[in-house]
Amino acid sequence: MAFNILEPGLATSVQDQGRLGYYHVGIPQGGAMDQLSASMANALVGNAASDAVLECAYLGPKFTTDADTVIAITGAPVAIFVNGTAVEQWTRLPLTAGDEVSFGMLTGGTRYYIAVHGGIDVPSVLGSRSTYALGALGGLHGRTLAAGDTVPVGDGAGTPPRERRESIPDELRPAYAKDITVRVLPGLYDHRLTAHGMDTLVTASWTLTPVADRTGLRYAGPDVEWQPRTQPFGAGSDPSNIVDAGYAIGSIQVPGGKEPIVLHRDAVSGGGYAMVATVISADMDLVARSAPGTQTHFEPVTMDQALAARADAARIRRAVWV
Amino acid sequence: MADIVSPLPGIFYRKPGPDKDPYVNEGDPIEAGQTIGVVEIMKQFSEIRSDVSGTLESFSVEDTGTVNPGDVIATVSEN
Repeated sequence: MAFNILEPGLATSVQDQGRLGYYHVGIPQGGAMDQLSASMANALVGNAASDAVLECAYLGPKFTTDADTVIAITGAPVAIFVNGTAVEQWTRLPLTAGDEVSFGMLTGGTRYYIAVHGGIDVPSVLGSRSTYALGALGGLHGRTLAAGDTVPVGDGAGTPPRERRESIPDELRPAYAKDITVRVLPGLYDHRLTAHGMDTLVTASWTLTPVADRTGLRYAGPDVEWQPRTQPFGAGSDPSNIVDAGYAIGSIQVPGGKEPIVLHRDAVSGGGYAMVATVISADMDLVARSAPGTQTHFEPVTMDQALAARADAARIRRAVWV
Repeated sequence: MADIVSPLPGIFYRKPGPDKDPYVNEGDPIEAGQTIGVVEIMKQFSEIRSDVSGTLESFSVEDTGTVNPGDVIATVSEN
């Protein structure tokens, strides 16, 4: 079976849990920006957590299904219509062949996810179906969806959707707050900031700008002060420059001391900006949910706290699959 | 009166390019489906169109202003 795309939306792409293991050769992990929401959509339609879904940013697609199936839409709050009739988010939605699915306006957040029983069945590339559009890799023809596309859906191994749960309970659904605290681990280059510069980073209220996509998110706020130094051979002339180094997903760079950038799942793997802190893995979904204008505070934590937060996040993910 | 609303967040531009004339000015007649500006988000420009014909009465957002989903960009008095 397949979905026929009538309108593609702004940047709708096939995503799964990502393409791990190739960052050292420049291919980012990719995958759904908000992994928890994508996983919840899969749980609702009886898929495995590793099945591919459609990730929609701001403007969703309009599509029809060519067979009876079950879908679920999770993530940023948005109006959903089946044949023009409003339906619920965070719940199983049975579709009949020929049904048309469309979306209204987003009322918070950035991305929402469409899971279908059987998963989106594009070829796996380097172990993942995720679209890395910058590299024209994975997904449907290595790009975001276009009008006229036929998006193949797997047969779910011929099994009917498992009755896992009808909808995601309110207490498990992520929030889409306009004011968030994101936990960060200082380093690797925090020593390049002055004490005042580090204090600014972790006490200021940063406003997410519209310059935010799968590669990274840029924040507006006060300038961050760097230690002056004689730049070593190979580093650029600005104090925020270093001799090129590998970047971590979630790392924060502050080019020129202005407007920090949090690298996200489609980030480049290295470059010459000092990374002053790194968003902990448990909070990467939270960053991904931020809409432009979100007030963001970076809270420093220790490695032990980061690992404890990761364990907590894993417990929430497991609860979805009960 | 009909409001033209932005369906997405981003930066609103009244002109197709820095050196170009605005798509439409206040007081101009406007056709249904006509573009009144673009919103930039994620390096993509989405055209904002009027659903109705009439006269563009006023813009509620400045050129290069920030918009959020649901924000009124302009108001049209219908013919």
